[in-house]
Amino acid sequence: MGLSAFKRALWVFHVATGSCNGCDIEIVAALTPRYDVERFGIRLVGTPRHADVLLITGPVTRMMAERLKRIYEQTPDPKAVVVVGGCGSTSGVFYESYNLVGPVDRIIPVDVYVPGCPPRPEAIIDGVVKAVAKLEKLGAKV
Amino acid sequence: MSGWAIFGQAVVVLVGGGLVGLFYRGVDRKIAARMQARIGPPLRQPFLDLGKLLVKETVIPKTAVAWLFSAMPFLAVLASFTALLYLPLGPFGPVLEGHGDAILVLYLLAIPALAMALGGFASGSPLGVVGAQRELVMLMSYEFPLAVVLVAVAWRLSELGLAPAFSLGTMAQNPLWGAVGPLGIIGLALLLVSLLVVTPAELAKIPFDIPEAETEIAGGLMVEYSGTYLALFYLADAVRTVVMAGLVVALFIPYGLAGRLGLSGAVGDVVDLAFWLFKVLLVMVVAVTTVRVGMARLKVDQIARGFWLRITAVALSGLLLLVLDKVVMG
Repeated sequence: MGLSAFKRALWVFHVATGSCNGCDIEIVAALTPRYDVERFGIRLVGTPRHADVLLITGPVTRMMAERLKRIYEQTPDPKAVVVVGGCGSTSGVFYESYNLVGPVDRIIPVDVYVPGCPPRPEAIIDGVVKAVAKLEKLGAKV
Repeated sequence: MSGWAIFGQAVVVLVGGGLVGLFYRGVDRKIAARMQARIGPPLRQPFLDLGKLLVKETVIPKTAVAWLFSAMPFLAVLASFTALLYLPLGPFGPVLEGHGDAILVLYLLAIPALAMALGGFASGSPLGVVGAQRELVMLMSYEFPLAVVLVAVAWRLSELGLAPAFSLGTMAQNPLWGAVGPLGIIGLALLLVSLLVVTPAELAKIPFDIPEAETEIAGGLMVEYSGTYLALFYLADAVRTVVMAGLVVALFIPYGLAGRLGLSGAVGDVVDLAFWLFKVLLVMVVAVTTVRVGMARLKVDQIARGFWLRITAVALSGLLLLVLDKVVMG
């Protein structure tokens, strides 16, 4: 059983680092019957210990930076990080805001960016599937 | 039976039980998805999940009691698979018939819950501790009605002069529905209802998933488990589902098809085994799948009070009706 196991069984943990809830609602929308990500084996889990992919929304406020690092460390390897939304990717409309230390890639390594304010559920699913490619590349190295 | 024959049968039952458990988990998820008008994961999804968990890193947190934390997943798997060996499998009796009785099965069913609770306490996470405490509260709540059901059936069997009355094999060979009067049938139905309510609690499924409660305490007693250990708990849970549903089948619907169809020998056994697997699936769908899709999570106090007062009352009145049926009508 190689890392191709990840292709059809990705467990996702959602981290909100100060987002406005727009992206978070779109992530939840991806779970609804209309998009139904569970048919690809993608599941939203309640703890980073169970996760393969971290879905990160929000521009990372000062208070969340330490927590974000900690959650990243708590996720068992191999793992991938997907940033959902414009704020997390580039700080978006909050660019150079006094209370932010983001975007996310200043705090932890990011593999996939899903821009949009908020991105559509299709885009989020696409981002998560792209993260599989990264996990498989890790597998090739091992 | 010689030791080697038992060993061979045990291997077949354990491997088959694990495969059936995981496959049924896939069916469960598929049906749940269809009930919500989704397509749902493929039937082999639990196998894929398990395979993936096995290649993940297994983290033992620094704050955990490492030996206890690592031992508990193995204990849970061992206990749930051992319980399989005491289960009557349709046309075949329990593999370890005569080496332990229904009381032992009750304990084997309680051990995985205790193991998960201990693992939660040992995980060093406050969420794990909260989940473990909830698991223990729930264990204490549902064990009494479960025991009442088992004792009631065993008592009625012993009144019929069947021995050993506490063996699941005896219970499966002598369905009580035909042996009791109308009062007894109502009593048995009440016992069946309380056992069906205990089933999802035993398996910690919605509405009784307070120990895990992903959206509330982040996975509760599973919160720190990852990789191989999580895979072991996943497997134990799948097997426990089969054991619990098999217990319901053995106590209340142990009927076979082969006799009615006039089949005998190997063909009859195969038909009966398939029919048994179907009955287990049916119990799982009725008691677990439909309930977990149709309901929300109950609160801790609702579960404790519900089991201690309502479900215990239902089980005890079932027992009382069985006794009345024997004493008054008998």
